[in-house]
Amino acid sequence: MVTLLNMVIGGLLLGGLYALIAMGLTLQYGVARVLNISHGEFIMLGGMTTWTLYTVFGINPLVCLAICGPIAFVLGFGIHRVLFRRLQASAPSQGAFESSSMLASFGLLFIIQNLASIAWGTEIRAYTYLAIPVHLAGAVFQANRLVALGCAVAIGVAFYIFVARTRMGKAIRAAAQDPATAGLMGVNINSVLALCFGLGAAMAGAAGVLISMIYPVHVVMGMPYTVIAMIVVALGGLGSIPGSFIGGFVLGLVGSIVAYMDPGLSLVAYYGIFILLLLVRPTGIMGR
Amino acid sequence: MPGLFLIVLLLLAALPVYRPGYKVILVSSILMYVILTVSWVIFSGTTGYLSLAPAAFFGVGMYTAAVLGMALPLPVVVVLGGLASSCLAFLVGAVTLRLRGIYFAIFTFGLVEFIKNLLLWWEIERTGTRGRFVVLVDNNTIYYVMLAILVMTVLTAYFIRRSRYGLALQSIGEDEEAAVHAGINVTALKIVTFAISAVFMGAAGAIWATQLTYIDPYIAFNLNYSFMPVLMAIFGGIGQPYGPILGAAVVAYLREILITEFPYQYMLLLGIILLVAILFLPNGLVGLVERARRRAFGGQRANT
Repeated sequence: MVTLLNMVIGGLLLGGLYALIAMGLTLQYGVARVLNISHGEFIMLGGMTTWTLYTVFGINPLVCLAICGPIAFVLGFGIHRVLFRRLQASAPSQGAFESSSMLASFGLLFIIQNLASIAWGTEIRAYTYLAIPVHLAGAVFQANRLVALGCAVAIGVAFYIFVARTRMGKAIRAAAQDPATAGLMGVNINSVLALCFGLGAAMAGAAGVLISMIYPVHVVMGMPYTVIAMIVVALGGLGSIPGSFIGGFVLGLVGSIVAYMDPGLSLVAYYGIFILLLLVRPTGIMGR
Repeated sequence: MPGLFLIVLLLLAALPVYRPGYKVILVSSILMYVILTVSWVIFSGTTGYLSLAPAAFFGVGMYTAAVLGMALPLPVVVVLGGLASSCLAFLVGAVTLRLRGIYFAIFTFGLVEFIKNLLLWWEIERTGTRGRFVVLVDNNTIYYVMLAILVMTVLTAYFIRRSRYGLALQSIGEDEEAAVHAGINVTALKIVTFAISAVFMGAAGAIWATQLTYIDPYIAFNLNYSFMPVLMAIFGGIGQPYGPILGAAVVAYLREILITEFPYQYMLLLGIILLVAILFLPNGLVGLVERARRRAFGGQRANT
């Protein structure tokens, strides 16, 4: 019983991070139509920056959240303005834009990863923060994992309220449904798309900060997270924000159960779920 | 164009005679990238389904060589490498090719990581080692086998393009819905073409493994083998049949130079080249060549 509880809570802790990462990718793919292969690199940037800020300058990782998030946002916003908007303008069709933007994100991946390895080197970096044991319903967890879950859920909920309740959020939803019509209705479509790409990058950056509190970070850590984010996004239904949130927790639970049996197989299990999903319900949990 | 191809082929065939040693290894690796790129274009270039699986097929070929290399003669190993990859492509295609293109891209992207992790787990849990040694083959043999695979790949790509079958593929790329209504069995066609394109990647992997002599899951299933063919095809331009060949040859050569000259910045430079190619060369190198050709012979041709 205790092991089961252990696995479920462990899964929720992991799921919170996955949900955050996947929500970021959903924004970038569902609204801005960029299947961003370099998503994991923003996670890496968040993690590495936090490591530097904490170990060199002694800045609390939770404060880093407020530093890395906005920096990642500006970076993402700028990249969309400089790169993806031009591609969108010159692409003959939506399908052509989807493949050319995906290829451009490879280019970003190469560039970011190489710059990061010049800046930080290829060593594995780790620090300890809030590694205090907390007793939770008979199971023991580290406080940093609980803090990470709390932050991930808080960001997710805040973002959901932003999209569901504000005027800007309405513009985002309109752009997700039909960018051309949204533009005709007076939505400044270019800045909404750039905003979404920036917000996606900010979520990845924030997730990187939270991940660095729990796991060691290194320059090539991004790719597995990109794969996980893509699987969660497909699981939740392409472009659905609540779907990604739920999908993240589903995958987290699966990951925690599989990791209990054999840690080497978690990515394999995620992929197995993805295959199953494509065979049974290719539109995802919340997809139409 | 076939005449030029024949001349280049003869020059390549004579290379080990007048330039033995390092140059042979260098050109083998360029040939390998040309094979990957041309076979990628056979499927993805025409149908528009973006496959990120070349690394998976290439890696399966490598592991075929590692597992069977000691027991069987080299040509058999190379053929089996191709067939094994083709079987994998068939399975992947059967699962994903009924769905929208973007699922296919995600699925093939994850496939490489999936196989890498599964294989790593298997090797550590069951065989107790991480990597495997591959039987050694001399450089000239590798070179000629690579060249033979290249010729078959290019011929296959050429004949597919010229046939009714190629026209059907093209129509899928332009408008899949219309292709269905024209009576084309699109799913079967996509799966078969995907499987054909994987044969050459697997065969190239099997022979390339013998040059590396040692492989492990991280070496064999490296996502760069997926990214590079896509980059090379885009850089060369997929509008003309010679575009991918040109792109692969130029970028592969550039890559060798960058790796030796700037080992710590070469990914950065490749990334910048890729971005520049996507932003400013929408039709690739071929677009430049065609424009130059039009300018040179512009007056002599009727506008069609």
